[in-house]
Amino acid sequence: MGTPSVAVPEGMWIKCESCKEILYHKEVEDNLQVCPRCGHHFRMTAGRRLDLLFDGGRFKLLFQKIRSADPLKFVDTKPYVDRLRAYTRKAGPGDALLVGRGEIGGHPAMVAAMRYRFMGGSMGSVVGEKMARAIERCLARKIPLISVACSGGARMQEGILSLMQMGKIAAGLARMRVRGIPFISVLTDPTTGGVTASFAMLGDVNIAEPNALIGFAGPRVIEQTIRQTLPEGFQRSEFLLEHGMLDLVVPRHELKGTIVRCLNYFH
Amino acid sequence: MAVPTYPFLEPVERVREKLRELEGGSPTLDREETIAELRRELQEAIDRVFSSLTPWQQCLLARHPERPYTLDFIHGTMNEFTELHGDRCFGDDPAIVAGFALFDGEPVAVMGHQKGRSTTEKVRRNFGMPRPEGYRKALRIMEMAARFGRPVITFIDTPGAYPGLDAEERGQAEAIARNLEVMARLPVPIVIVVTGEGGSGGALALGIGDRVLMLEHAVYSVISPEGCAAILWKDQARAEEAAAALRLTASDLRKLGVVDEVIPEPPGGAHMDPAGAAELVAASIRRHLRELRRTKPDTLLHRRYKKFRSLGQFVER
Repeated sequence: MGTPSVAVPEGMWIKCESCKEILYHKEVEDNLQVCPRCGHHFRMTAGRRLDLLFDGGRFKLLFQKIRSADPLKFVDTKPYVDRLRAYTRKAGPGDALLVGRGEIGGHPAMVAAMRYRFMGGSMGSVVGEKMARAIERCLARKIPLISVACSGGARMQEGILSLMQMGKIAAGLARMRVRGIPFISVLTDPTTGGVTASFAMLGDVNIAEPNALIGFAGPRVIEQTIRQTLPEGFQRSEFLLEHGMLDLVVPRHELKGTIVRCLNYFH
Repeated sequence: MAVPTYPFLEPVERVREKLRELEGGSPTLDREETIAELRRELQEAIDRVFSSLTPWQQCLLARHPERPYTLDFIHGTMNEFTELHGDRCFGDDPAIVAGFALFDGEPVAVMGHQKGRSTTEKVRRNFGMPRPEGYRKALRIMEMAARFGRPVITFIDTPGAYPGLDAEERGQAEAIARNLEVMARLPVPIVIVVTGEGGSGGALALGIGDRVLMLEHAVYSVISPEGCAAILWKDQARAEEAAAALRLTASDLRKLGVVDEVIPEPPGGAHMDPAGAAELVAASIRRHLRELRRTKPDTLLHRRYKKFRSLGQFVER
């Protein structure tokens, strides 16, 4: 799964995939990875997400020692363990989710941000376990949880156990709901498959970044099923807003402010 | 009427066909003897074929065109099934059937994915691939069960949630997610039976409960072998390899802790003896339901949470 859009590459100049402008890398970086010309939102790393959301960029990373155990001893064109090693080298430890604790607008809060760079942000046992622990920590401390989804869905290499992470996380969110602990879901490009069909759609408030691909099935799968090309804008944030699946579509510059207003309301 | 199925089942089906013809014919002197002989032959053929089933062959069995479907299991295990319809928002989805029935004389809510047998019926049931309104209907019936303190029994048999434009428009992901969340906190016993194909999120949306039971030849997977092969091997034809790699058989899932009990099937698979299969399913549901009915709702919910909380394998260092 995944989309053709790519993260900002290393180097001085980059081309905006939306308006095709050649942009100075630093300029995009300083603008929260948003194209200064057309407002296109480039993908942002999980680390920068946490920086952006927590007050003063101060937070503590949690549960970083959890690693995948390769429960199926999965081998496709290469062994899953080799893939894990390569991605860890590339993106750093933490699998496809970073969990941080800090303050947002003065409210103690937990943020779980998905990491697309790590196997397309796919959800296996590690992502599930980190989410479950984040939820349990939020329940114990009565603090809100904010998730930032960016994922192609469940991780095939962990088979049925990946699917079960959906149930595990949803069961945790059910407890939050019963006990009135707020959960804000932020959906970014792309959010598809098992991630959308578990926690990303279950926010007390669902907020998406502009023009993010959000859905259950990927566009290619749908095109193959219905044998037609999909209409322009289908499965994009604005489309989901129109169809009642989202509360808000908010540009990245306003994301933190919006979350703070939600937290003020909840507390 | 021979239904063309799979080459690996041919030795079994050949004998079965002969047996059927003979059993339907007029009695002759040596008929009984021949029938007995053919029965032995059938058993031998089954033993041969079923002693070394590959994961891919398990997938094919789970999709066998004669395999009992949810309504067959409902009618085979319960009485007075009353089907209820509609999600009260958009429509009624024939890919999911839901309602109430008597199980051992006690009222229960029952629901499951429904595939069609004839071509028209297959299309009407959308090959057992639900749209959001199907999941929302199931949810509505589950919440009603909770209001009246009735246990919930679900049958899982779907290639997956329907990946179509309209399904996306109406929030397929939200519908599935909501079911997971509500099933996790529904204060009545929930027994899940995976009877055929457990296709990913579309299956799991009816799959959160206190017991997850699985028929011997059913499969349950995060993605279909064909889908997995297309993505990881870039070649759909390598589904056989993918089926093996995904560890999707009932015995695999039992080992991974996802399934509480594997329900044996009659020799040759559930389709060889649907009534016998239903009896085995009923016996298993009965046993688990008896235990669950004795459990207080709080304890039930606590254990259900722990059950799903514990799934997954990782190392910590």
